[in-house]
Amino acid sequence: MPLVLTEEQSMLRDSARGLISDKAPVSHLRSLRDSKDETGFSRELWKAFADMGFSGLLVPENFGGSGLGCVEAGVVMEEIGRTLMPSPFLSTAVLAVSALSRGGSDAQKSAHLPKIADGSLLAALAIDEGAKHRPLQINLQAVRSGNGFKLNGAKALVVDGHTADLLIVAARTGGAAGERDGLTLFLVDPKAKGIAIERTVMVDAHNAARTEFSNVEVNADQVLGEIDQGGALLEGVLNIGRGAVASEMVGLSEEVFDRTVTYLKERKQFGKLIGEFQALQHRASQLYIDIEITRAAVLKALQTLDGDFEHAGAAVAVAKARAGTTATLAVQEGVQMHGGMGMTDQFDIGFFMKRARVCQELFGDSNYHADQLARMKGY
Amino acid sequence: MSDLETFRRETRAWLEANCPPEMRRPMTSESDTYWGGRNAKFSSEPQRVWFERMRDRGWTVPDWPKEYGGGGLEPAEHKVLREEMAAMGARSPLSSFGIWMLGPALLKYGTEAQKKEHLPKIAAGLIRWCQGYSEPNAGSDLASLQTRADSDGDDYIINGQKIWTSYANYADWIFCLVRTDPTAKKHDGISFILFDMASKGVSTKPILLISGYSPFCETFFDNVRVPKSHVVGQVNRGWDVAKYLLQHERAMISGTGERGIGRPLGQVAADSVGGDDSGRLDDAMLRSQVAAFDIDEAAFAAVAERAIDLAKAGQSHPAFSSAMKYYGTELNKRRHEILMSAGGIDALEWESERSRGGARPRAWLRTKANSIEGGTSEVMLGIVAKRILDLPGA
Repeated sequence: MPLVLTEEQSMLRDSARGLISDKAPVSHLRSLRDSKDETGFSRELWKAFADMGFSGLLVPENFGGSGLGCVEAGVVMEEIGRTLMPSPFLSTAVLAVSALSRGGSDAQKSAHLPKIADGSLLAALAIDEGAKHRPLQINLQAVRSGNGFKLNGAKALVVDGHTADLLIVAARTGGAAGERDGLTLFLVDPKAKGIAIERTVMVDAHNAARTEFSNVEVNADQVLGEIDQGGALLEGVLNIGRGAVASEMVGLSEEVFDRTVTYLKERKQFGKLIGEFQALQHRASQLYIDIEITRAAVLKALQTLDGDFEHAGAAVAVAKARAGTTATLAVQEGVQMHGGMGMTDQFDIGFFMKRARVCQELFGDSNYHADQLARMKGY
Repeated sequence: MSDLETFRRETRAWLEANCPPEMRRPMTSESDTYWGGRNAKFSSEPQRVWFERMRDRGWTVPDWPKEYGGGGLEPAEHKVLREEMAAMGARSPLSSFGIWMLGPALLKYGTEAQKKEHLPKIAAGLIRWCQGYSEPNAGSDLASLQTRADSDGDDYIINGQKIWTSYANYADWIFCLVRTDPTAKKHDGISFILFDMASKGVSTKPILLISGYSPFCETFFDNVRVPKSHVVGQVNRGWDVAKYLLQHERAMISGTGERGIGRPLGQVAADSVGGDDSGRLDDAMLRSQVAAFDIDEAAFAAVAERAIDLAKAGQSHPAFSSAMKYYGTELNKRRHEILMSAGGIDALEWESERSRGGARPRAWLRTKANSIEGGTSEVMLGIVAKRILDLPGA
């Protein structure tokens, strides 16, 4: 398959860009932050997303969606990255939909997927427990109790956890921390007894929560996929999420880069445009090259997820690792080349730096994925 | 089944039947590369058989038109052929500056007579070409070159000196930049001309490099007489041809390295360094370097694939080969730094049979030229700044 967007995918990009740049430029995020908005995103915009078919992008057609793939999800994520639009797209339309459609029973799919597609249901995935992404270290306990399980433990960085109507919780039903066997995914009602959700205000003004589970009772029919065998399902879902976040970082990097190059052509010092200085020209060129290479690696990963899902691990690790280092470089160069202006809150560049830091940590940073790739390659 | 799938199946079957097993192994020495030319010798029988079978199919130059000795493949078919050859580790049957550089320039700028004269001989490996670009005082500032071609009736008389002429001492013909109008601005008085290295007045002198090898020469022209009909493109517009050819040269150099062939770098490192109890490379910092390299290498392979697909879709920027050249060569230098670090003491031997004549350190030193030849990394970044980013004064 050619490593370029198809005509349909380009059209999707154009329509996503049209909506997002019109309704949710960076000022949208800024005003949500400044007004300390309680939901942290615009429900009205999410409805518009649903009307455009974006919320059901990955939902199979027989459950009310468009049945598109990871490349298409990445196209939308990239546009989200360009304006840093806070949106349940990642948590709900990408992660939850992937988990449900890959692991869910027909009853579970029928109950949730159509509602996600029409924009009426928000969902969040609860995985991480420690400071770093280590999915095999999951230790939230799910112990058999009567006709179901009792959940005890805590989760951190649950993206959109404070607004979710449905939590998908990764828990340990067997084995020990560090083992892949013994992981199970559960569909949990966030209003269930014993759940405490604390919205965490984050550096990037995007939405996340910490959740605590204290003797939370779930029925056996709320198990998503196979008991003890959720590790593979989780890894697959995470890989889709990694591809999506990598796409967001490509969009973010390119936007920062475009703004920075524009600034190099406007700002004068020593009687000339600072873009005339070779010290800055070469760094700008290097950043451009890094972004183009990362864009190719990310598209490769998304195509592999769509075409050869079981063997996409290495391509995804490459994409997420590259996207992390590229975005980190892009925002650092962006701030540095904007000089003092880059340090001001009034300028948007800082928002990109903050979001890039969060995207690095989401589902494994560059170091994590470099280590994963080394393991896959046997060294 | 689509036509392309049929082509893939047939190509795979043909390669399986026709590529000798010896030609599917990674190359280990310079003699494994077949360059063709009047004085060419095959280093082995399988090398000869493989070359001749591919030549007869037009697959030394798969995408050139059949009338010039090519395979006439569509871009998508050419990609399939490359993928299938890579999958079985098949070596390139013929390496040649004629294929990589001159051919594309002739196809774009040559007269019909020039194409008919030169392209089939390149395709068949009959003539080996060298490139007369750099001069002692015209390196990164190539357009300041001083080799002159003075008009004399139907001929030019060429005088001057070239340097870094790759394999000039083995080459049959040269494609050369000469100054045909010394009064014009530096980019406007240059012509692109072809002549036989056996012409009276041509001499070469190999340059010994830090690798201990002499792949480059100084090349001297002393009243060399060349017919004016050998100019490619318009007289005094040779810079257009030169730049176009440089794009192909840069694309070629960006692919330098044993990409995807042979043992993965991490395993090569593990062989010499060893593993810890959990099987990880027993040098945490080296392991990090290899992993970071592998990520960038895989990403670069993706961008190389994408560059071809973008070109096919008519969406590529002509200066993107400079971006590729910059990154690919820096990456190859990194690969060889890692190989040296992984090899440790064993990678320091220069002459023994044990070290295959110091192959590893010599290859390491050779790669240092990658970011100089064909335009330095700094020149590449300047081109990207000017032509792609449109930065002022670049």
